[in-house]
Amino acid sequence: MSAFWSAWVTVITLAVILGCAWLLFATRKSEKFKETTEQTVGHVYDGIEEFDNPLPQWWFYMFVATVIFGLGYLMLYPGLGNFKGLLGWTSHNQWETEMQHAEEVYRPVFAKYAALSVEELQLPANEEGLKMGQRMFANNCSVCHGTAGTGAIGFPNLTDDDWLYGGDPATIKQTLINGRNGGMPAWADVLGEDGVRDVASYVMTLSGKEPVAGTDIANGEKQYQALCTACHGADAKGMHALGAPNLTDDIWLYGGSFKQIAHTIRAGRAGVMPAQKNLLSEDKIHLITAYVYSLSNSDK
Amino acid sequence: MIKHETIEKNIGLMILLIIIVISGGGLAEIVPLFFQSSTTKPIEGLRTYSALELEGRDIYIREGCHVCHTQMIRPFRAETERYGHYSTANEHVWEHPFLWGSKRTGPDLARVGGRYSDDWQKAHLYNPRDVVPESKMPAYPWLFENTLNGKDTAAKMETLRKLGVPYTDEQISTAREDVQGKTEIDALVAYLQSLGKTHSVYTNKR
Repeated sequence: MSAFWSAWVTVITLAVILGCAWLLFATRKSEKFKETTEQTVGHVYDGIEEFDNPLPQWWFYMFVATVIFGLGYLMLYPGLGNFKGLLGWTSHNQWETEMQHAEEVYRPVFAKYAALSVEELQLPANEEGLKMGQRMFANNCSVCHGTAGTGAIGFPNLTDDDWLYGGDPATIKQTLINGRNGGMPAWADVLGEDGVRDVASYVMTLSGKEPVAGTDIANGEKQYQALCTACHGADAKGMHALGAPNLTDDIWLYGGSFKQIAHTIRAGRAGVMPAQKNLLSEDKIHLITAYVYSLSNSDK
Repeated sequence: MIKHETIEKNIGLMILLIIIVISGGGLAEIVPLFFQSSTTKPIEGLRTYSALELEGRDIYIREGCHVCHTQMIRPFRAETERYGHYSTANEHVWEHPFLWGSKRTGPDLARVGGRYSDDWQKAHLYNPRDVVPESKMPAYPWLFENTLNGKDTAAKMETLRKLGVPYTDEQISTAREDVQGKTEIDALVAYLQSLGKTHSVYTNKR
């Protein structure tokens, strides 16, 4: 703040406080602290008169106290332009102190668990670490994956041991750190509406469902073999490297009805797992990885 | 000694004295802010909202999102752990009007950009309880039906330019085609995904 604005703030602030003090004393009645006077302000309406009494004593001293408090506050805290206050307090410093304190308290805890592998964290002895992971999951992951990790349409269930990109600790951690971008292309232009329905019907048979009447399964299979195997595999078991789901296990990220499958084929899907590397520290990601791993490996 | 009779019986004098008394706070606390570099100079690398994000921002205002969501992270650990670096004035110099809000029924959104996928934002705005069962946020299904025609977008950008937001001629000339035909949900999600992402000075890692 420039010297001018510093002086501007200081002068106005002090003038207002001192002005209040002056007003308080200037309007003080000469008959000090009498509860009533015989003086009235001189007008009468319907026999009602207004007394001209002084401020009650306690009220007067309350005002004095606010003036003293105000001046004391401005001595201790920054308020008068560039004057820093005798305590040297700033909101940034207060925040830093808070952060440092937390660092001292929590760093050893995180360091202890960061040194353990995800598998070691599954042991009963390290239950506390897993609980920390669970609470961080609740804060950061549950809005999409659900509080129990069971997911929702479009957001994978993490408890069923069916993984798009792989369920080993290193892969889960990669998913958390860098995020994932699903890429199921839209096939409406290539297949046409009839083709979409044929393929959808064929895909339903892959997980043992009945094909839909009025569709050509043979054509669906032919198109599947031509277009879909690159990602989903000739055996339709999917491919972790590409995040292509297994189509034979009757687990559906976007719903397993004929309509939903046909829509997925027609319009494509582009699910996104947001990268956490700029949001969460490595130690926190490590514990969340351990918790996510535990969701489908708790009995191992 | 001044007589209060004198003041009470001269209404002009009373008005003048009242103005002097009540302007003290504003003169000392508000006026200097118009002249401080910390409040008037944008943070390094700050970018303007794109045409679509700007339209999304207007939908955010229209739907009253700022009534329940703040965009103001305070310098407390409890907030910076959850939302990222605390908000600073120089991040907001191009906000007209600013959307800091004053009450949090829902969480702060100052750095919500990139936290959730577009799909999640859409599912959540269509019906919050589809993805967060305990949510009490209202649903906004009409955003999926209404499309933007973009006829006012350029004028909005020109107005903002008059207020000091450095929109380029190119941005203004393509504004209409940038938003035309897009749905309101596209615009709102684009805006939400830009929050906290218009500069990269602060790290938000916790």
